[in-house]
Amino acid sequence: MTEPRPRVAVIVFPGSNDDRDAALALEGLGADPVLVWHADRELPQVGAVVLPGGFSYGDYLRAGAIARFSPAMQAVADFAREGGLVLGICNGFQVLCEAGLLPGALRPNDSLAFVCRDVRLRVERADTPFLTECEVGQRLTIPVKHGEGCFFADPELLAELEETRQIVLRYDADNPNGSIDDIAGVVNADGNVLGLMPHPEHAVDPLLGSADGALILRALVERARERLLAPA
Amino acid sequence: MRATVLVRPKPGILDPEGKAVETSLRHLGFTVEGARVGRLVDLEVGASDPEEARAEVERMCAELLANPLIESYEIELTEGS
Repeated sequence: MTEPRPRVAVIVFPGSNDDRDAALALEGLGADPVLVWHADRELPQVGAVVLPGGFSYGDYLRAGAIARFSPAMQAVADFAREGGLVLGICNGFQVLCEAGLLPGALRPNDSLAFVCRDVRLRVERADTPFLTECEVGQRLTIPVKHGEGCFFADPELLAELEETRQIVLRYDADNPNGSIDDIAGVVNADGNVLGLMPHPEHAVDPLLGSADGALILRALVERARERLLAPA
Repeated sequence: MRATVLVRPKPGILDPEGKAVETSLRHLGFTVEGARVGRLVDLEVGASDPEEARAEVERMCAELLANPLIESYEIELTEGS
């Protein structure tokens, strides 16, 4: 008997453009991805949620600022509050910050240029549900492609994030956007919401240069499976 | 009432857009010691009482128009329309 494929929701906002890539990557890693339109008020029964990259609502006002009002985001916030795993990639990270589900904010890249290339990341924490397949200090090669990926936290917030170990991924001597302290990815205080600028869904096949993104997504799929199989 | 909201990147926040404007102005031969780029939002608000209108616009700023972590804002109110 084959293992059941855990359902994972990928939220589709107007202007999302990596939703299908995310779904394809998740499917290849054993999940049953389901695309959820942003106007849906309820999530189907899923084990995890992915907010994909793109330019939701044209990045009007600030990247992610409008998407947080989508009906689906209320359901995602409820899901996160119940301990469900939520992964925000690129624009998804921006949406999570604007929605207050993650700390900090993302500003235009210090170069003002859109960056689109592979970057090297350093894993700072392996004891979060998303990084169980990695080791602390491990280097990952995953592409970025964004114009507003400069993570910002004021000194107090930064100290707090250090204290609570919420910084889980850093650029490894190769910061593409000027983010403070080379931060590439952060989790919430409970560790069940992760936002990162690099795109793991674009790095799931060695043919495309790297399969390191699969380490993150496969962990997400496994957690989704555990959540769905857990006795209620 | 009419309200104008000026949203600015907070001091110390990296403002690459302002930097690009500053560099471009220098290229044109202007002497510029700094440039910051913010956003202006003109609003027509329902409240006719200035205090009520200001309180309402304050809430708009806090909830949507500005991100308090990185942006400051100023509200200007004008009577009539």
